[in-house]
Amino acid sequence: MSLVYAGVCSHAPGITGRAEQADPEVRDAFYDAFHQMRADIEASGAEAIVVIAAEHFANFFMNNMPSFAIGMADFYDGPIEDPGWLKIDKFRAPGNKDLAQRLITEVMQTVDVSYAEEWKFDHGIAVPLHFLTPRFDLPVIPVNINCQGPPLTPLHRAWAFGEALRRAADSVPEKIAIVGTGGISHWPATPDSGKINEAWDLDFLERWCRNDKDALLDYDDLTVYADAGQGGFEIRTFLTVSAAAGGATGTVHFTAPIPIFAVSCTIASYDLAT
Amino acid sequence: MSLYYVQKFLYELNRDEQVQAAYTADRHAPLEPYDLTDEEVRALTEPDIGLLFHLGVNGQILMHFAAFHQIEWQDYLQRMRDGIEEHGPVREGVYAMTGYEGTDAHAQRLGQGQTGSGPKGSDHVD
Repeated sequence: MSLVYAGVCSHAPGITGRAEQADPEVRDAFYDAFHQMRADIEASGAEAIVVIAAEHFANFFMNNMPSFAIGMADFYDGPIEDPGWLKIDKFRAPGNKDLAQRLITEVMQTVDVSYAEEWKFDHGIAVPLHFLTPRFDLPVIPVNINCQGPPLTPLHRAWAFGEALRRAADSVPEKIAIVGTGGISHWPATPDSGKINEAWDLDFLERWCRNDKDALLDYDDLTVYADAGQGGFEIRTFLTVSAAAGGATGTVHFTAPIPIFAVSCTIASYDLAT
Repeated sequence: MSLYYVQKFLYELNRDEQVQAAYTADRHAPLEPYDLTDEEVRALTEPDIGLLFHLGVNGQILMHFAAFHQIEWQDYLQRMRDGIEEHGPVREGVYAMTGYEGTDAHAQRLGQGQTGSGPKGSDHVD
């Protein structure tokens, strides 16, 4: 069929794990935006959701770190974190091995990608699924981009990967939703956790909504680290979705700094009709 | 220095319940296969979160180790700050490679005041 939904959302573990410590007014407005994202995905008729995450050493380590990896299994277990810490119960999410294999085969025509028949979800996927498919009734195809262990995946390769994912989605009969997850500026799990560069975030989101390839690729890791922290490396997931959206323009449905969640919590999507 | 193996052990611990059980029973035994210095073994067995951060362990790995030891979030953040105060800047890894300069200097450069104060327009609650 084709790509029927393309959006991005935050995935910080505090979103569920430290919910009670956030300003309830801002938190609940963010949760409402997450619920609306779920409704939009359901309304799109999506038959599978491709979740592009920047995982955090749950499955991939520096002994064998892929630039890109796609899950190719019929189910995935999570969360890898302690359920009491993340406040998400242990779950088994459905996959779709056959569909994943067809997508991977097409992506491989232009981008080298690793595949994984075993994958334990960490908060990078578990937190979004908690909101987007709480009943675990939509097959998930997990995707990872190395945003953690330098040398990191180059931004322009993430863009090429997004284009390949779009081509792959358009090549299968199933309706596909793509959701990128990650932070914008943040310093997660470090002494600077809670620091947020809101101006940087808004500038990035403005580029994201314009789907301006040149502007989105006009970053380098040293500058990103200085201005947006190591968490800013996760912009790779956002701009991969930009590439997959194929020139569509986007809308930010919600963005606001929630420091106890360590990030500007964000929900945004592209209008694929544009 | 064997940051790679410190992180490799923590990676295995974080994702494998059998390793967690072995570590709970005897904090030294599961470390034996890894090429670690005495300082690293001490940091992993006490555990010394501040020293591990100083050695360069990635926070995405370290925060799970802290949670495993039932260290509360704010306490976890403070232990890392204390580790930098006691031992100095991060020695190795992504925070050192990218020029991690310490929380106060970093906050000042971004115009966000001293550590503990938030960026303009947001309430800093770390």
